[in-house]
Amino acid sequence: MQRIIKNGVVVDESWHLLPQDTPFESVSNSDDVIVPLSMWLEHGRALTVRDGGLGVWLESDEQIEDIADDLQHFQVIALNFPVFTDGRHFSSARLLRERYGYKGEIRAIGDVLRDQVFLMHRCGFDAFAIRPDRDPEDALQSLRDFSVTYQAAVDQPLPLFRRRAQPA
Amino acid sequence: MYVYDQYDQQIVEERVKQFRDQIRRYLAGELTDAELLPLRLQNGLYIQRYAPMLRLAVPYGNLRSEQLRKLAQITRDYDKGYAHISTRQNIQLNWPELEDVPDILAELATVQMHSIQTSGNCIRNTTTDQFAGVAKDELIDPRPWCEIIRQWSTFHPEFVRLPRKFKIAVNGAVRDRAAIEVHDIGLEAVKNDAGELGFRVLVGGGLGRTPIVGSFINEFMPWQHLLSYLEAILRIYNRYGRRDNKFKARIKILVKALTPEVFAQKVDQEWQHLKDGPLTLTQQEVDRVSQYFTAPAYETLADEAALLASLSAEHPGFGRWRMRNVFEHKQPGYAAVTLSLKPTGTAPGDITDKQLDALADLADRYSFGEVRTTHNQNIVLADVRQADLFELWGELRELGFATPNIGLLTDIICCPGGDFCSLANAKSIPIAEAIQRRFDDLDYLFDLGEIDLNISGCMNACGHHHVGHIGILGVDKKGEEFYQVSLGGSSGRDATLGQILGPSFAQDAMPDVIGKIIDVFVEHREEDEPFLDTFRRVGIAPFKERVYAANH
Ligand code: SF4
Repeated sequence: MQRIIKNGVVVDESWHLLPQDTPFESVSNSDDVIVPLSMWLEHGRALTVRDGGLGVWLESDEQIEDIADDLQHFQVIALNFPVFTDGRHFSSARLLRERYGYKGEIRAIGDVLRDQVFLMHRCGFDAFAIRPDRDPEDALQSLRDFSVTYQAAVDQPLPLFRRRAQPA
Repeated sequence: MYVYDQYDQQIVEERVKQFRDQIRRYLAGELTDAELLPLRLQNGLYIQRYAPMLRLAVPYGNLRSEQLRKLAQITRDYDKGYAHISTRQNIQLNWPELEDVPDILAELATVQMHSIQTSGNCIRNTTTDQFAGVAKDELIDPRPWCEIIRQWSTFHPEFVRLPRKFKIAVNGAVRDRAAIEVHDIGLEAVKNDAGELGFRVLVGGGLGRTPIVGSFINEFMPWQHLLSYLEAILRIYNRYGRRDNKFKARIKILVKALTPEVFAQKVDQEWQHLKDGPLTLTQQEVDRVSQYFTAPAYETLADEAALLASLSAEHPGFGRWRMRNVFEHKQPGYAAVTLSLKPTGTAPGDITDKQLDALADLADRYSFGEVRTTHNQNIVLADVRQADLFELWGELRELGFATPNIGLLTDIICCPGGDFCSLANAKSIPIAEAIQRRFDDLDYLFDLGEIDLNISGCMNACGHHHVGHIGILGVDKKGEEFYQVSLGGSSGRDATLGQILGPSFAQDAMPDVIGKIIDVFVEHREEDEPFLDTFRRVGIAPFKERVYAANH
C-alpha cells in the first residue's frame, strides 16, 4: 500500500487514483476514488450519487477553472506533475485556495519529490504522493526547509513586509 | 546600500543548510543528475566544460568593501585567484569544486551574500542603472524598487518552476542604461500629472535565439500596485507559457502568440483579483527600504572644473581618462568613476583577488565603502570627490583599472564563450583580444567615439550581441568556430536589434572584418557623428559591399 504525506504526517493511502482511460462502468460504488477530469466532465452527476468518497485529478495542462463551480463535490483535488519541473499547478493550488476558497485536500501526484514539497505546501498543497521509489519520511523533513518567507501565500496570508511592520 | 535584518539573514542561512543537504544527497546517490540540475542551477551552480561555475548574486550590482574582501578571499581559497563580472552584474567563479560549494555559500552568508536564483527557470537578479542614485538625469533612485522586487522574487513559492528564466530590469532615469526594453519585464519610473510615482511596464523583450524588443502593456501602474501587477504577469506566464519546447518557452513567445494587447488584457483580468490585496505596497515598507539608499554623507563642495581642466592639460593621459571614465554626478564636487576591466590581454570582466582587495581599499578611501558592478562588465566607484580624481587615477593606473576606454570600441562586452562555457559554439575571449590588439591606438579609438561591440559565444546571447552597435556571434560551421557579424543594434531607449551582415567569418579574419567596418564608418561619417547614427543614415549596404568585396 502506498504511503503518502497528509497534513504533515505519513499515512497509509486509502483512495484509488483512477487512470485516464478507466471505463466509467468499472468505477466501484463504495470505494474512495479520484477520477480524471474527463470522467468528471462527462459523468459528474452520476459520480456525485455514489456512496464512496470522490476526488478529481487534473493533468498539468488542465485548468482548474473547469471545476471551479463544482468544488463542493470533491474531498480531494489531485494535481498531476508529469515532471517535477512543471510549475503550472503551483498556480492552480493557490487559485483553488485563495480565489475559489477550496477547503478540501489538495494532493500533489506524479513526479513529486522532496525538494518541491516546501514550495508546494506554501501554494496550498496539503497532501503529497511522493514518487514511489522515494521515502516519504525523508521528504517530510523538507517541509521545514525555511522558517522565514518573504511572500504572502496560502500558509502565510501576509508578505514579510507587512509582518515586519507589526510590533513584535 | 541595503543591509539585511534578521529575517533576510535567516533566509540566506537556511538556504545554505538546504543546499548543503542537497549536495550531500547528490553525492550519496539519493538525487540523480537530472533531479539536482534545477536545484543547483537555482543556486547558480553550472557544471561547465572544465569545472563547475558558480554564479554569485550581486543584487542590482551593489557591493560593499567587506564583501569585496570576502570575494577576494574566496577566489584565493576555493578558486584560481580571480572572478568574472557577468552581463547581469553578477560575479562568477570559474573553478570551484562541487564539494566546496556549500562552504563557499556559508562564507558568503557571513557578508550578506548568496547565489540564490542566479540561474534556472526562475526570476533572476533584477538589474538597473549602474549610476542609480548619482545620475543627473534621474527621476527616482531605482534601487529601493529593485530591493523590493528582490525580496518578492526570492523563493517565490509559485514562480520557481517557470517555463524558462525570467529577467526584470528597472530604469529610473531619462537615459536607459539598464536596457529595460530587452528584458522579460522592463520597468520605467514615471510620474503622472499629479506628480505621483508609477511604473511604465514592458513585457516580452529578450535576446537569445529569438531576439525581440518588448512591448509596453501599461503606461502607468501606481507604485502601490507594483508587486500585485508583477504577480499577475508571472501567473499568466507560469500558467500559459509554453513548456513543450525550451526554445519557445520565454514569455516573449507567449506575448507574441497572444499579441501584446491580449496578453495585457489577461494580465489585467488576473490583476483585478490581486489588486488591493496584501501585496499592496505600503509607504512604510518603501520608506524602510529607501533609508538604505539615501545619499551618503557628502561634504558641501563646489565643482572643480578649473582644477580638473588644468590637470588635464598638464597630463593628457589623465584628461583622456577623465573624458571616458568619469561620469557627471548630481552632487556638486563629486564624480562617478568607471574602472575599466577591459585592458587588452585580459578577458573582459575578469578581476583578480589582489584587484578585489585593492578595490575594497579604494572604495573605503574614495567612495564611502561601496562599488557597483555594471552590465558592461566594469566597476563603478559612484561617489568620488572631484578633488581626489587625480590621485585616484594614479592608483587605478597601478592596479590596471585605468584603461580610458569606457564606451569605446575596446570596452567590449564578452561572454566567457568556448574557453569556459559548455554551451558555446565558439570562443569569444580571443576575438575580443584580437580586436583590442588591432585597435590599440588610443587617439584613433577616441576619434571613433562611442561604439558598443558585444560578443556572444552562442545564441544564448549572454554577451548581448544583438544590441551591440557591432555584434559578434559564435556559430558552428561544419564543426569549426565561425563568427557572424551584425550591425546597428542598440540597448538604450528605443532599443533596436542588429541586422546580420552576411555569411560568417573564420576567427583569424575577424580583426580585418571589424577593421573594414570601421573604415566604412569613417568614410561615411559626418563630423563627430556616432557610429550608430552613421549606420542608421547609410544603412547596411556599404558595409556589406566592403566586407564581402573580392580581394584584389
Ligand atoms: S552566450 Fe553561449 S557561450 Fe556565451 S556564456 Fe552564454 S551560453 Fe555560454
